[in-house]
Amino acid sequence: MAENKEMISLTIDKHQLEVPKGTTVLDAAKLVGIDIPTLCHMKLHNMGIENKPAGCRICVVEVQGRRNLAPSCATEATDGMVIKTNSMRVLNARQTVMELILSDHPADCLTCVKSGDCELQSMAHRLGVREIRYQGEQSCYREDFSPSIIRDMDKCIMCRRCEMMCNEVQTVGALSGVHRGFNAVVSPAFEMDLVNSVCTYCGQCVAVCPTGALTEVNHTNEVIKLLADPTKTVIVQTAPAVRAALGEEFDKEPGTLVTGKMVAALRELGFDYVFDTDFAADLTIMEEGTELLGRLNKYLSGDKEVKMPILTSCCPAWVNFFEKQFPDLLDIPSTARSPQQMFGSIAKTYFADKIGVKREDLIVVSIMPCLAKKYECQRDEFKVDGDPDVNFALSTRELAALIKHANIDFDSLHEEDFDRPLGESSGAGVIFGATGGVIEAAVRTAYELHTGKPLPKLDYTELRGLEGFRQAVIDFDGTPISIGIAHGLGNARKLLECIRENKCVYHAIEIMSCPGGCIGGGGQPLHHGHSEILKARMEAIYREDAGKPIRKSHENPYITKLYEEFLGAPLSKKAHHLLHTNYFDRKIKFEDSKEC
Amino acid sequence: MADYKYDILVCGGTGCRATESELLVSNLKAELKTLQLDSEVQVVSTGCFGFCEKGPIVKIMPDNTFYTQVNASDAAEIVSEHIVKGRKVNRLLYLDPVENKNVADSKNMDFYKKQLRVALRNCGFINPENIEESIARDGYSALGTILQSITPEGVIDILKKSGLRGRGGGGFPTGIKWEMARKNNADQKYVVCNADEGDPGAFMDRSILEGDPHSVLEAMAICGYCIGATKGLIYIRAEYPLAIKRLKVAIGQAREYGLLGKNILDFGFDFDVELRYGAGAFVCGEETSLIHSMEGKRGEPTVKPPFPAESGFMNKPTIVNNVETYANIPVIINKGADWFASIGTEKSKGTKVFALAGKINNVGLIEVPMGTTLREVIFEIGGGIKNGKKFKAVQTGGPSGGCLTEKHLDIPIDFDNLIAAGSMMGSGGMIVMDEDDCMVSMAKFFLEFTVEESCGKCAPCRIGNKRLFEILTKITDGKGVKQDLTDLRNLCNVIKDTSLCGLGQTSPNPILSTMENFWHEYVDHIENHKCEAAHCRALMKYEIDEENCIGCTACARACPVAAITGSKKMPHIINQAICIKCGACMEKCKFNAVILK
Repeated sequence: MAENKEMISLTIDKHQLEVPKGTTVLDAAKLVGIDIPTLCHMKLHNMGIENKPAGCRICVVEVQGRRNLAPSCATEATDGMVIKTNSMRVLNARQTVMELILSDHPADCLTCVKSGDCELQSMAHRLGVREIRYQGEQSCYREDFSPSIIRDMDKCIMCRRCEMMCNEVQTVGALSGVHRGFNAVVSPAFEMDLVNSVCTYCGQCVAVCPTGALTEVNHTNEVIKLLADPTKTVIVQTAPAVRAALGEEFDKEPGTLVTGKMVAALRELGFDYVFDTDFAADLTIMEEGTELLGRLNKYLSGDKEVKMPILTSCCPAWVNFFEKQFPDLLDIPSTARSPQQMFGSIAKTYFADKIGVKREDLIVVSIMPCLAKKYECQRDEFKVDGDPDVNFALSTRELAALIKHANIDFDSLHEEDFDRPLGESSGAGVIFGATGGVIEAAVRTAYELHTGKPLPKLDYTELRGLEGFRQAVIDFDGTPISIGIAHGLGNARKLLECIRENKCVYHAIEIMSCPGGCIGGGGQPLHHGHSEILKARMEAIYREDAGKPIRKSHENPYITKLYEEFLGAPLSKKAHHLLHTNYFDRKIKFEDSKEC
Repeated sequence: MADYKYDILVCGGTGCRATESELLVSNLKAELKTLQLDSEVQVVSTGCFGFCEKGPIVKIMPDNTFYTQVNASDAAEIVSEHIVKGRKVNRLLYLDPVENKNVADSKNMDFYKKQLRVALRNCGFINPENIEESIARDGYSALGTILQSITPEGVIDILKKSGLRGRGGGGFPTGIKWEMARKNNADQKYVVCNADEGDPGAFMDRSILEGDPHSVLEAMAICGYCIGATKGLIYIRAEYPLAIKRLKVAIGQAREYGLLGKNILDFGFDFDVELRYGAGAFVCGEETSLIHSMEGKRGEPTVKPPFPAESGFMNKPTIVNNVETYANIPVIINKGADWFASIGTEKSKGTKVFALAGKINNVGLIEVPMGTTLREVIFEIGGGIKNGKKFKAVQTGGPSGGCLTEKHLDIPIDFDNLIAAGSMMGSGGMIVMDEDDCMVSMAKFFLEFTVEESCGKCAPCRIGNKRLFEILTKITDGKGVKQDLTDLRNLCNVIKDTSLCGLGQTSPNPILSTMENFWHEYVDHIENHKCEAAHCRALMKYEIDEENCIGCTACARACPVAAITGSKKMPHIINQAICIKCGACMEKCKFNAVILK
């Protein structure tokens, strides 16, 4: 960024420094070790995500010659600027503004789900607020419950991060500022409930909310009750991205893999079988890969009817997104269910039979980095006579809370292995957790099935990375296969629009709703704007893959056995029934405004 | 106009229309028709004359007779007396309150004597719905001149030399703003007219648009020529239906005459204007909010820089100027920069339109040279304080300004002097207060407005103004404590210092200036539970004067909460614990026995 850039010099407190033109005062201050406090500002470096409405006014600084204080996050450093970040005037202003914000915030920290992980709470502490001089009326809004997300807007501080994620990054457009002045708040249009809005439950709003205004629906109590019920067999599946992030909740360095300890903790909690969603990821590859090859072969042989490209369908927020916003493209995504749902479906049929437990006595809990999974497992398509294939989806954060409640000292746990048969997985299943992973896993299997030859390499690094949209051409032994990868729904939208206009020439596309893929999911430990955490999680995922003895889904012996014993072949009638789904037009239709 | 023997000009501004000036116009026309005078006498519905206090206004040309408070039923008399017999209708002439004499010619009225109408030059003279009347008074001639013989740089130079500063409140030099936009290269640029007038009691922009829409359209085209824009947008509040209607008519006529649209006057210059409607949010008068609102986004400000002249509407260089600023520009081109610069003070050139409101005799719209004193405006043009009361203060600059007192009356009004005095020019609202006005309540009134109108984006404005309002309410309710004054001052300063846009940066001004000038009133409310203006009800007590009370029981029967007790023919007593201070007893008492303390 600094290349060939004009440099300017300025003074910040006692430091003189040179920075490239265009640097903000906030960033310039960091270079000399001055950490100006910020609240609404959030920047995910190298991901092109930044929220700086300059609304909280906590980061204000004094600029010599300027009438009023300047927000450092949104003020560009200029040549000769003299800045004070800690003068009496600044400190008093900052503290007074903080008192104002707190005066319109419920002081229920002791029972708030975000206590200890709340940016408002820690900022109040940091600014040394010991009393709130300005007391008065507090905002009061109706709580809004959805299957995944709870909105408690009394706790909203109008930082607008959620709005930025929802509109600019995800382009979902469910949230925006409504009303004005003291009544201003972020809400779906017409203050409708989230369930009636275009919300996809991606949970990125929750992931960035600095306070307890946006949180996940908590299912830990239900799970605790079921674990205590002797008539139920309770099994658990854990998504690949969870193991790369759970450690953060126990003060481990970001990127620490805690697979073995996580399994041990789940056993301690009383789960009867601890399985791995990665197994179902391998199964997904078998189904989706076969579907891809089927369409691809037809396409390559000149079939004009076949829909190309094929789009992945593992991500439930992505499914919600195209059902609500691109209902004309419902026939493009793969019909394969997500790994969570494939797992639930196999568990409550094949596995239930195997252990001789009746469906109604088998409870499937999943641990997910995702909030949309809470909604997905409640979809009617994934229920048999009203009984859901997956009963409850807990987030990574909820699992951490459960472990803490159960007095388990995570550090001292010994590493343990998943149970068989639904706990065995290949490295291909693991990389589902990072953007590009699903398509890389699919390539590893589709290549061998299509060409009949062994893979020339295992690591397709051209498919990896954190860039929002990536593309690569993979040589399938003479046949170039064109692949697109998008993460973040805004990038997905661009791809869908391009497909709609017939401008895209991909054979297969992977889409993940959350920036970074599942490692950056809405149910993960909060990153508080530190994008290096996402990078560390991603590296951990590929490390886990590299350490696996089996790295291709079709080589997972338990998958082979499942087909032999139960499903027959990929895309068989039984497989279709249990492992595939339909999509629905869920476009939000507004009634014509009625005459008053 | 010369074709007619008489022109009867009837004010068709919003104020006079509210008192049936439209009916008056049709009555006049019917009367003339009956007498078969309609070919000799023309009735014109014009824009605002400014003297709204005495509307509806009728002016008869060429003898310049000025009739006030004309009812629709007066049409017959005006026609039969003035038009037919050539005799003025004395009872409708303006009565000078000082001399107690009728004044026939508006030039001799105090209200008009000291005015200099530049921006309002055509308001009250022309039919705003007829472009030819505008053209007859030099409309579009400045545009013609510059297209023919002046380069864009030349026009910008004229503006810079004229010293014209933005009339919307900021006072930024217009020429410099245009120069910035001209220098920024872009495939498209925009010229925006800010007609989102929102100060309580202000109607300068509305009157110009209602009375002379072409001057604004012409100036926007001039701006387009200067900065290299082909598109103009007028952001006007939907609550101004008459201004919108007249703008639409004017735009249609200008297009018809080749003064807007493609290839204007055959000089190969394209420029057209569209309307954008605002929903009446005060904050949308702030230019970045206005631009966001026009883009279909939430009307809230963003940090400057970038300034709109660099990146504005649709991220393109955009000039946002206020209605009154535009209305000045054609005259500056026609009469020259030197002429304009010769009016006004050293740093504030030209004239300024003010809307006089509050406890002043001549409520209305005036235009005076910069440098006129507040005393001249309030006591000469404004005719002094209503009902012979004592002047107490004047709020300039609307809710963003401050209140000025007796000691400021001789300050020559200009941008810098008003700021130095602790207020500001703003867009030209002037609210006059008399001895019955409580200054704490006044500050509260303005804060109530800013609380309502804050967009809610930044914390100090969203929450801080609410807290200011709450503290003021506490004080006027008689519940204030001394610490409140310290807290109030600190909060005012922090809000000014930290708010994102001009709304929050100025909203505490009414409090700070009343604290500065009327500190004792704040202290009185808190320490003595006393409101010297007898305005704050919570601090007042109704009592019965034993001497005057004859025990008629009327008050007790009127009291809705049975707070008054007493036997017939004996003095009554008000139980203060029960009294809700509604004043019903006082109203009923015929013996002045109920007193308010």
